[in-house]
Amino acid sequence: MKILVCITHVPDTTAKISFTDDNTKFNSDGVQYIIGPYDDYALARAVELKEASGGTVTVLNVGTSETEPTIRKALAIGADDAIRIDAEPTDSYFVAEQIANHAKDAGYDLIMMGRESIDFNGGMVHGMVGELLGLPAISPVMKLDIEGQTAKLAREIEGGKEYLELDLPFIAGCQEPIAEWKIPNMRGIMSARSKKLEVLAPSDASEAVKLQQYELPPAKGDVKMIDADNVGELVKLLKNEAKVI
Amino acid sequence: MNNQSTDRFESPDFYVLDGLLTEEHKLIRQSIRDFVKKEISPNIEEWAQKAHFPYEIVKKFGEVGAFGPTIPQEYGGGGLDYISYGIIMQEIERGDSGMRSTASVQGSLVMYPIYAFGNEAQRKKYLPKLASGEWLGSFGLTEPDHGSNPSGMTTNFKDKGDHYLLNGAKMWISNSPKCDVAVVWAKDETGRIHGLIVERGMEGFTTPETHGKWSLRASTTGELVFDNVKVPKENLLEGKSGLGAPMKCLDSARFGIAWGAIGAAMDCYDSARRYSLERIQFGKPIASFQLTQKKLSEMLTEITKSQLLNYRLAQLMEEGKATTPQISMAKRNAVEMALNIAREARQIHGGMGITGDYPMMRHMANLESVVTYEGTHDIHLLILGKEITGIAAFE
Repeated sequence: MKILVCITHVPDTTAKISFTDDNTKFNSDGVQYIIGPYDDYALARAVELKEASGGTVTVLNVGTSETEPTIRKALAIGADDAIRIDAEPTDSYFVAEQIANHAKDAGYDLIMMGRESIDFNGGMVHGMVGELLGLPAISPVMKLDIEGQTAKLAREIEGGKEYLELDLPFIAGCQEPIAEWKIPNMRGIMSARSKKLEVLAPSDASEAVKLQQYELPPAKGDVKMIDADNVGELVKLLKNEAKVI
Repeated sequence: MNNQSTDRFESPDFYVLDGLLTEEHKLIRQSIRDFVKKEISPNIEEWAQKAHFPYEIVKKFGEVGAFGPTIPQEYGGGGLDYISYGIIMQEIERGDSGMRSTASVQGSLVMYPIYAFGNEAQRKKYLPKLASGEWLGSFGLTEPDHGSNPSGMTTNFKDKGDHYLLNGAKMWISNSPKCDVAVVWAKDETGRIHGLIVERGMEGFTTPETHGKWSLRASTTGELVFDNVKVPKENLLEGKSGLGAPMKCLDSARFGIAWGAIGAAMDCYDSARRYSLERIQFGKPIASFQLTQKKLSEMLTEITKSQLLNYRLAQLMEEGKATTPQISMAKRNAVEMALNIAREARQIHGGMGITGDYPMMRHMANLESVVTYEGTHDIHLLILGKEITGIAAFE
């Protein structure tokens, strides 16, 4: 089985977020980058599937050379080879175009990625890739097993769970508990050195969305303490001052 | 659930040492840190309080590659450099010195001599199983009556034609009660020291456990007792003999300790820094007070100095140029620094620092072993004294 896992290169979840250039650019100074946590689940499951029934796992990232340490980590976790499409990932459509353009003739049986990135949280790329390739796209996939050419999966829906069966190939937007994150071991880190990381030029694609400006959420205001016995006062404040009820 | 269950550790890097590390080094550090946060931090306080050695960690250390990282990959090792080895020890000891001791002994004191002084058959037989954690190893040098003076050892073996007959006892041996293999240093009939590989199951070989430790409580310690043990001749390490052979192993282990102790110091410093910002007294965080700032500033200064010293030592190790006195200086410096920081950090935590909710008392107690084993604090001072003056003060 030939699996493609698309990974994002995103700020660590504990990174302090700030902006420069009149709030039009993300300030990456001192920010540590990681594999998108949802992509990391997809990668972990892909490696498990490969270990169970053979095949290959290729990781793909749309990004500049700065993302290569993140790609090497994916190789250390167990991917066999990697592709970096050398471009700034400007918006979901641009990224989806790049992935689809690479995947259309590459013969993947399964394309996996996170349900969303954790920087812009668009959650759209898997759907767009499905549309561009004419394949089904399912998200969020929380359990995934492959039997021959059939995938059995579970996804969370409003008020319950949905169990699906469908034929390969398809696109899966993944989330926990599809697998546990894998910590690369020392032998994996060493062998990642010699695994192939191919850099491809981006295909022509335009952005569908242009970013205008970022804005941080307002700073937390002062806290008003209300005596536990004084519920009337609390209701009055919620109604008149906070205007939430 | 105590405060240590949620591991919020952030490492200080005041002189941007990361700028000297490769991406691979940083990935190794992050991987071992993630491993420690997942496998060690949530449980370590309970293990230490109950004096429980979590045997299952041996296999996990093997899987992540913490055993013998510098041993070539063809023998199951990591094939990594000394900076990587140091980083791995630092991160594991950040979790706990007892856990680091388990890994240090396996890598530097068991795998290293088999790799460096063993023949090809011995390397192939033992190293892959030790690297994977299938087997646990121990190292027998210290004896009840010979600690700082190992050349006085009485453990000995006699050539009986088709085997050696080993007699004697070793004490204060990390991993001994659970070990499958022991690298044992003993004198032949001429009084020359050699290394022998002793396996569990050999008749007359026992490993009684040492109970009642106040330190390294999550690691297992004991004795190695040899009562007319018949050791096959092929178990002799032929590559090197004399006291220099075990000393070479200790050089590698002490290097790991120098890095490890910084891990313990970082954990104490980081906990103190966070606590001082959260703890309010006189209407403001105690981090506002000059005496707290003095403590934190001195801690960071000492950690930074030790980091730079260790980094340079790792380069020298890599080039094969590090000397025993240089390693003594690094081990001695780092452990003393870590002990002082554990005490100061404990003070910043006030009464809370006394409990197992915070790691300082555990690190502090652990470090009392670390300051004693693999060359005591004083002996390392005298190794330096001899280097400076040419006169040995310990003979």
